[in-house]
Amino acid sequence: MAPTRRKFLQIAGIAAAGLVFPPLAKVLDSAQRPGTPTTAGLPPSVANTGSPLMAKRWAMVAIAGKCPSGCKDCIDACHRTHNVPDFGNKKDDVHWIGAEKMTHVFPAETHPRMPESIRDLSVPVFCNHCENPPCVRVCPTQATFKRADGIVMMDYHRCIGCRFCMAACPYGSRSMNYRDPRPFIPKTDPAFPTRTKGVVEKCNFCEERLAQGILPACVTACKEKALVFGDLDNPGSDVRRLLNEKYSLRRRADLGTGPQIYYIL
Amino acid sequence: MLEKALKGSRGYGIWVALLLLLTGIGFFFYLRQLDYGLGITGMSRDVSWGLYIAQFTFLVGIAASAVMLVLPYYLHDHKAFGKITILGEFLAVSAVIMCLTFVLVDLGRLDRAMNMILHPSPKSILFWDMVVLNGYLLINIVTGWTVLESDKQGVPPPTWVKPLIYISIPWAISIHTVTAFIYSGLPGRGFWLTAIMAPRFLASAFASGPALLILFCLILKRFTRFDAGEKAIQTLAKIVAYALATSIFFVLVELFTAFYSQIPSHMNHLTYLFRGLEGHNMIANWMGVSAVTAVIALVLLIIPRTRTREPILALACCLVFLSLWIEKGLGLVITGFIPSPLETITDYIPTGPEIAITIGVWALGLLIVTVLYKIFVAVRTEK
Repeated sequence: MAPTRRKFLQIAGIAAAGLVFPPLAKVLDSAQRPGTPTTAGLPPSVANTGSPLMAKRWAMVAIAGKCPSGCKDCIDACHRTHNVPDFGNKKDDVHWIGAEKMTHVFPAETHPRMPESIRDLSVPVFCNHCENPPCVRVCPTQATFKRADGIVMMDYHRCIGCRFCMAACPYGSRSMNYRDPRPFIPKTDPAFPTRTKGVVEKCNFCEERLAQGILPACVTACKEKALVFGDLDNPGSDVRRLLNEKYSLRRRADLGTGPQIYYIL
Repeated sequence: MLEKALKGSRGYGIWVALLLLLTGIGFFFYLRQLDYGLGITGMSRDVSWGLYIAQFTFLVGIAASAVMLVLPYYLHDHKAFGKITILGEFLAVSAVIMCLTFVLVDLGRLDRAMNMILHPSPKSILFWDMVVLNGYLLINIVTGWTVLESDKQGVPPPTWVKPLIYISIPWAISIHTVTAFIYSGLPGRGFWLTAIMAPRFLASAFASGPALLILFCLILKRFTRFDAGEKAIQTLAKIVAYALATSIFFVLVELFTAFYSQIPSHMNHLTYLFRGLEGHNMIANWMGVSAVTAVIALVLLIIPRTRTREPILALACCLVFLSLWIEKGLGLVITGFIPSPLETITDYIPTGPEIAITIGVWALGLLIVTVLYKIFVAVRTEK
């Protein structure tokens, strides 16, 4: 069943690509003119029109310094959008975005003499959508796979729940449904599938929203505009502009996974 | 030959009934796990593998150790092992069945287990583990059974069995190597990320497996008319001694690298394992027992006077088994997850149902060994 579905999605994707070809030409055009205001490297006229947002390599920049302490807007928006259950205990916990202490997210890059304002930062952590994802490598059923645009995705209908991906992920980005999640979803959104017990899940860079031409839920939910999303291969994109201007960090880049969440303080 | 397992003494009947009962209890709790989900276990988001995968890892070692009988007998013509190679092969059969059962009970979606075959993924070590374990199971069932069948009829084994037996030697090494690769190939889990993982697995396997075989041989000698013979048991005891020494040496080598280099991502796990971190020292207490028992067992096995005395040998083998079970069947898997990638220490405590399921699978394995050994003894002592 699954291959047929994937094939269908591929065909649908190609068809969609055909539909957006004219806007895509505009993107390339805007890319050549620096200074044009863009969203995800796309002119505002294209965003939110319903045509899919496409990229060669999706990436996100998190400006952690902008995160107000205790703010959970991105987490709540994400979990609401994706029907992430709230079990209310740490053991069964499922989450797609977490908020962790700076010193835990970047143990090698922080030290005790840093200003407390930095060490105490609460940093949002996501799936890193690695260029070279260990979770994809270890999955025995290809339920986890990487798309051409860099999004590391899961097929919840193929996952056997062996949790090899959870052991392989060096970021702790994956959650297992140790119990039936459905009774624990605060408000089920019919627009996104719920999961069953026994499968692993994680952040999907809101691929379902991108397909509708909308930016990820966490990005639009952030009042501080601390999360910037775009095409890393497009030199005119906001993510590239930020990475050009500021010093950025990636979690455990020494492992060779090629994480695609970039942090700016 | 199967019919020989059906009749036996009263003690045999009680033992089989007990194992069936324990398997049944395990199965009952497994049904509850199927209904509730793996949340019925002590596993969590941080410690996502527990007792099941640890048992699987330990038992792959028990299975691989059959090679310690097959290799000396078939490659070096060590005659004393001729009587018991089949015992090794049958132990391997039961151990591999336990391994596969533990993997299956650990799956979140058992109903989709076939996806591993429907969507084969050669980049996944788990895929290769499935291939080598099933292959090893098949090889050992076929060779063990065929050789025993020929014994029964008083004819030499068919010629096609020999190549299969030779293949089983590197194959045994492969099952434990591939199982070690499940762990040692993962970035960001400093505790497992060590090239010595496969050699370490093999060393501990060649101690724990033969130790168990010695115990089984002594039990058979006591309760049946089958005697493996002093020479075979003593050779096995020496194998256990050497393998245990190697295993301890490998652990010390790991400790040196971690604590002399002082790289926190390698050191923290071992500190947790042997001393505990921030007051979390349940595993450390167990590991203390493991370390002490290993040293006592090694001394008892090295000194000829103690090694050759059967009751002391039996004690030493129990200690070896206990020590290595704690090390591999408890510490090795869990400690890889503690501390977590985000530096939190989440304790893992197996739940009652989880322990019942684990005992159930062990009982199933013991039942298979019992039946196979019963047939073996019947064939061998009827002549």
